[in-house]
Amino acid sequence: MSSTHPLGSQSAPRRLCVVGGGMVAHRLVEALLDRDTDKAWEVDLFCEEPMAPYDRVALTSYFSGKTPADLVLGDEDLAADPRVSVHLGSTVTAIDPAGRKVTTEEGVTAWDALVLATGSSAFVPPVTGCDLPGAFVYRTVQDVRDLEAWVERLQEGAAVFEGGRDVRPVTGVVVGGGLLGLEAAGALHGMGVATTVVEFADRLMPLQVDEGGGASLRRIVEGMGVQVLTSTASAALHAGESGAVRSMEFADGSIVDADVVVFATGVRPRDELARAAGLVIGERGGVVVDDSCLTVAEDVYAVGEVACIQGRTWGLVGPGNTMAEVVVDRLLGGGATFPGADTSTKLKLLGVDVASFGDAFAEAPGSLEVTYADPVAGVYKKLVMSDDAKTLLGGVLVGDASAYASLRPMLGAELGSDPNAWLLPEGSGAPVMGDLPDAANVCSCNNVTAGTIRCSVTDEGCTDLAGVKACTKAGTSCGSCLPLVKKLMTTELEKAGVTVSNALCEHFEFSRAQLFDIISVTGLRNFSEIISSHGTGRGCDICRPVVASILSSLGTGHVMDTDLARLQDTNDHVMANLQKDGTYSVVPRVPAGEITPAGLIAIGQVAADFGLYTKITGGQRIDLFGARLEQLPEIWKRLVEAGFESGHAYGKSLRTVKSCVGSTWCRYGVQDSVGMAIDLELRYRGLRSPHKLKLGVSGCARECAEARGKDVGVIATDNGWNLYVGGNGGFTPRHAQLFAEDLDTETLVRTIDRFLMYYVRTADRLQRTAPWVEAHEGGIDAIREVIMEDSLGICADLDAAMESHVDNYRDEWAATLADPAKLSQFVSFINAPDAGDPDLTYVEERGQRRPATAEERESGAPIIAGPRLATRTWESDATEGMVHS
Amino acid sequence: MTETVEQGQQPPNAWVAVCTKRQLIPERGVAVLVKDQQVALFRVTAPDGSDFVYAVGHKDPFSDANVIARGIVGSVGAGEELRDTVASPMYKHVFDLATGECLTDPAGRLPVYRTWIAGGVVYIHPVPIAPPALVA
Repeated sequence: MSSTHPLGSQSAPRRLCVVGGGMVAHRLVEALLDRDTDKAWEVDLFCEEPMAPYDRVALTSYFSGKTPADLVLGDEDLAADPRVSVHLGSTVTAIDPAGRKVTTEEGVTAWDALVLATGSSAFVPPVTGCDLPGAFVYRTVQDVRDLEAWVERLQEGAAVFEGGRDVRPVTGVVVGGGLLGLEAAGALHGMGVATTVVEFADRLMPLQVDEGGGASLRRIVEGMGVQVLTSTASAALHAGESGAVRSMEFADGSIVDADVVVFATGVRPRDELARAAGLVIGERGGVVVDDSCLTVAEDVYAVGEVACIQGRTWGLVGPGNTMAEVVVDRLLGGGATFPGADTSTKLKLLGVDVASFGDAFAEAPGSLEVTYADPVAGVYKKLVMSDDAKTLLGGVLVGDASAYASLRPMLGAELGSDPNAWLLPEGSGAPVMGDLPDAANVCSCNNVTAGTIRCSVTDEGCTDLAGVKACTKAGTSCGSCLPLVKKLMTTELEKAGVTVSNALCEHFEFSRAQLFDIISVTGLRNFSEIISSHGTGRGCDICRPVVASILSSLGTGHVMDTDLARLQDTNDHVMANLQKDGTYSVVPRVPAGEITPAGLIAIGQVAADFGLYTKITGGQRIDLFGARLEQLPEIWKRLVEAGFESGHAYGKSLRTVKSCVGSTWCRYGVQDSVGMAIDLELRYRGLRSPHKLKLGVSGCARECAEARGKDVGVIATDNGWNLYVGGNGGFTPRHAQLFAEDLDTETLVRTIDRFLMYYVRTADRLQRTAPWVEAHEGGIDAIREVIMEDSLGICADLDAAMESHVDNYRDEWAATLADPAKLSQFVSFINAPDAGDPDLTYVEERGQRRPATAEERESGAPIIAGPRLATRTWESDATEGMVHS
Repeated sequence: MTETVEQGQQPPNAWVAVCTKRQLIPERGVAVLVKDQQVALFRVTAPDGSDFVYAVGHKDPFSDANVIARGIVGSVGAGEELRDTVASPMYKHVFDLATGECLTDPAGRLPVYRTWIAGGVVYIHPVPIAPPALVA
């Protein structure tokens, strides 16, 4: 790979090309020369300005008598080192990352690594007249020379004579009251110019100091004779008779004299070379780099003000120098990363000490501010402390910044004394299937019998589920037989005297019931905490949904809340059922199967509008197939408006309570089975359980609701209700067993409450009620004692848990529709929220559409697209319109 | 080596910005379109707290449905042997997120893409990384 470079003195030196000769470029070259003891690199440094890199931060000292030569950086001349070729006054006009070349006016230079250190240019707002003679920026040595010459000419000449007689002082306006603006104001003031600073924000240095600090700063600055206008927007520069700037107009229409105007309104990264070369550019400019300062192009780095690192650019030399050091380390084979930057600043502006450090604006929640202000002396000090007033988070010091040196290193530490002591002037101071016949077919997908499974344990020596699966292929397709396979295996192992692990998966050594107890008792409600304290690794598709189910049973939040969301199977996550083509089916709840004509029409209309295939389910409701992820919210918005709620067809939870029509219409019915079924369905809707739960209520002993095929079956008698438990259809059909007879309604409901909650708490993962009842020590009789006679003394607890479930039920879909953050997850593609999966194809059959088979797709048979599909524009460049943070 | 040379000739702007890191819910995948390819992204947090974004093909090779991003993230093994995985929501095949290998049925494999994160923005290179077996 060309990105790894062999290091060592025996190799020929590699060439580094640095574009830009500012302070950060200087630091980088200097540090490289210093640390590259093997002399692995030679450097070409291209400086646009005609002078060697100089201290731009100290630019203002030019006005206090320093010469440009005094500002040149470094004790030794970089050019004096034979490893460096400094190209002064040489502008790079193009970079070629693929060809590894840069182009200048003099020619083409090849490189092995390229650093962009092109810095920034001064930004001048598009104000009318901003290009008049007498308008300046404040960035380079040439800028300050030009400014000085202009002021001197005014002061010597007659430009400021009014009517040829009265002399007024030269007047200057500095646009921008930030750090640079105050520097420029200081320079003008020092030259005897009557200076006004104009700031758009409500205070001076708005990025560094708070309101109190700004007020204090203003008093001091004004006290020196510099005028300050805040909350003021510039409108235009007007020329005088000479054609040069003469006055300045503000947004409010007011006009002030101005013989010289300095714009100190910020900088813009000089990223044009990078743009032209196709590198990634930040939203607000700057070459985007990763934490190693590497741009998207191989061996091309960017540092300093031109670099957009961690999503922003830095206009301070400190972070720039840090970036330079990171790149040097990388060039020498290290792994340094940009640690983030410290925005702390301490400066002396116009002779005023100003310091700002850490969380200067008290943005941390609960932070406390301790302030000291002496308006007379022009001193303002503020410390930002943690909510317990012990830890120093940040501060602002204006007028007296003597405590900065002591406080700055204490950031994030306890101050150890009363914060006030630092502020005062004198202060100083941190899951019983064991008897199944051997011929019984356990895994119908792969034709594996119970005997084969037993043999895998007794003869083949398999000791875990993974081994049995690999050996017999049982449970390797649909997986529905796995609980049975596991039970058979466990029984054989136990017969052989082997201790069987009831571990959920490789990440948890506990059964679901044990884990339920652990979570319930410890109060842990966060997967990260649960797996780090009671499991290993990152979890998997087995344990994660189990923990999600347990947390939901314990009443913890919405299925899409961040911590729960990553634990959910896609069905639970998007609250719909995944189908073979990646689309979903939608099932609104139709309690007891009772539905109004208007309700039927509403569902039918939604299906028609979205082109959904419809089918009546076994649970007396309507399933709508073929909904794409991004359509789910729109579909549910319509369904919720029509009065429907989630049917939880996607969850390990209550599905339906099936009913016959009962005594209200049926000439044989003895009780209102529909009314009872509705009550039960509304009571247990949303209840999360180890497996899906189905209930049934029949209005007489004819049992038209097939209630004995349900986990909980209720059959009306002349005297009340008979309760049956542990029935199911599916893979291993079971008839429910009689649990209690002739119960009154209240007792019936209380008994079902306890049965369900006891099951939810103690069953194994994916264990339905029938095997749970069989596996329960003492079987159904023991369960009856627990629930009806409170033999374990847990009934009050079970009752309370169910009450809590009933009280806290909320329709998940209605809640989702009300939450934009959750809705935003319903997209097929996050960078093309309106696009559907372009691979979806359908054919029409019996008047509805269904997914095209692979053969149909290949044969080119007539394929239809849904009514809405045709209007979508997947072909458009989906990457456009993405949102940067 | 031919692979490397071809990739080297891609213009640097071949990288496609697809989303921000903040749009990625930790350990919950999302799908993105990268020049007509459907790619599944997974943001995982390493034990040291650092973030990593995996990019693999969104199409489940066993069902031909574009669903991988909707799978459950997990891990196999422990310590140095720990591999980050995703289980397809369709038939629960488990894939290694770093290599695209299917750990439960070697007949399937997901393409793997390079990711680059800078400034909180996630970039994907549209040319999948050649499977290690083919490179060797």
